[in-house]
Amino acid sequence: MQLTDLSMVELARKLAAGEASSVEAVRASLDRIERLDGKVKAFLLVDGRGALAAAEASDARRRSGTAQGRLDGVPVALKDLFCTEGLATTAGSRILEGFVPPFDATPVRLLKQAGLPILGKLNMDEFAMGSSTENSAYFPSHNPWDLTRSPGGSSGGSSAAVAARLSFAALGTDTGGSIRQPAALTGTVGLKPTYGRVSRYGVVAFASSLDQVGPIARTVADAAALLQVLAVHDPLDATSSASVAPDYLGRLDAGVAGLRLGVPREYFELDGLDPEVRAAVEAATRAYQTLGATLVPISLPHTKYALATYYLLAPAEASSNLARYDGVRYGLRVPAGGLREMYAQTRRRGFGPEAKRRIMLGTYALSAGYYDAYYLKAQKVRTLIRQDFAAAWSQVDAILSPTTPTTAFRLGEKVDDPLAMYANDVFTLPCNLAGLPGLSLPCGFSRAGMPIGLQILGKPLDEATVLRVGQSFERAHDFVRAPPLGEG
Amino acid sequence: MKLSREEVHQVATLAHLALTPEEEAKMQEQLSAILEAVETLRELDTSSVEPTSHAASPVEGWRDDTVRPSLSVDQALGNAPAHVGTSFAVPRILE
Repeated sequence: MQLTDLSMVELARKLAAGEASSVEAVRASLDRIERLDGKVKAFLLVDGRGALAAAEASDARRRSGTAQGRLDGVPVALKDLFCTEGLATTAGSRILEGFVPPFDATPVRLLKQAGLPILGKLNMDEFAMGSSTENSAYFPSHNPWDLTRSPGGSSGGSSAAVAARLSFAALGTDTGGSIRQPAALTGTVGLKPTYGRVSRYGVVAFASSLDQVGPIARTVADAAALLQVLAVHDPLDATSSASVAPDYLGRLDAGVAGLRLGVPREYFELDGLDPEVRAAVEAATRAYQTLGATLVPISLPHTKYALATYYLLAPAEASSNLARYDGVRYGLRVPAGGLREMYAQTRRRGFGPEAKRRIMLGTYALSAGYYDAYYLKAQKVRTLIRQDFAAAWSQVDAILSPTTPTTAFRLGEKVDDPLAMYANDVFTLPCNLAGLPGLSLPCGFSRAGMPIGLQILGKPLDEATVLRVGQSFERAHDFVRAPPLGEG
Repeated sequence: MKLSREEVHQVATLAHLALTPEEEAKMQEQLSAILEAVETLRELDTSSVEPTSHAASPVEGWRDDTVRPSLSVDQALGNAPAHVGTSFAVPRILE
């Protein structure tokens, strides 16, 4: 068994016991990246030098008895949406090619303070817009379970890296499902915390009222350990919650006896829900009964309007957030005669088709004469969706559903049909609109051997219950597995 | 289709995006399809519903109006495609 087969928590134990060093862990990861990332294509940038320097510092701290905390020395990698000081950050786009941030995003600063070496930056759909990494300006990533298939998106590089054991864990972001969907498609654990739980400072913005930072990891315990590092109030993010995070690992093994778990019928009535996914998730709900929870059928009546709501609100916010990419202060500049021409040509060359599509849609939805019918209307439906969940919390402690309607699709299959691509997120979107925490973990495999994800949604700021419910299932089953990728 | 070519062109101008005629045609088709799909929201009576702009808890209080360290001029200009002194240089704005 190799170091790279260990979970973060297992590696942390070995480091604490002096049975392994952080330098060894980084070297093992870098070695595996070199052997396998040619096939997986998870990384946009590998920072071997920086990671080894951080690992040496971690080992030195450990020798002098001043280790920073539980995860000191455990290597991670970051979706390329996080500003990293001195290290190129592209957001998966040509318009930021060569951009080197002069500061660290708060989540990055927190990871560094906790002593985690950073292996590099991971591939993603451009500006987090997409569900497959096929919108990356650079190249698509490949699903380690079947290299002809997508690892999901937009945090597809993150999910692929974790599934292929190229990194012990990764950070991603989730605006409409971009942590949970890739986790489901790659048999990993993905957590989107409550909106406001983790700072967005220094995280390239897509849709500011929906974006959230979270971990993709191999186990629920690893996700909990990472969340503990990230869940800190940040005065630099005005939407950062003042709520103090509880001890997530401490409460993880409380079990589910006595908990009420909601099963929302609208999620299981969807036309496009793959029968194998349905079967695996239904089996998971029955397993929870065996574990001592009570299943409660519930209704979230406005579920079917979430897709339309999201595809008005998110592009509208994106059109505003992406207005800053104009060739003036950073990133790509296409020289032109006048200023407006420079803007137009820079954005023409720098943005890919999906980014342009969403900017156009958002601009239209916000424009005079259409604002009320589209953007304002969507904000009101958002209220109805939030109210559905608020009503559910009086009956249940958490909600179970499939994470995605299908298992991983083939690269190229949905790229020419935007609406088909958007449909990947039908189960994940409502959670972002309502600002709730959501977890995806593996609950089975299809006959073709592709992972299936179970989604657990929780009350605002109640990640502890979501993680506990996830842990209970994970520990009672054997779905934490490595893909048959070979050694390269 | 829900959007005319003229509207596509107007929106592209507002968004500072230069599109070729082929791109405009494709955009017209795809955006119209998406706008068609979001029509379902009309089914809902939202006349007495308040809009939600975000799910964050209300921001408590204000910070003191004190100066804090920020980026240096060099850091701020570090990624500039062109600069003159301490300013970003851009093409002519006015004739």
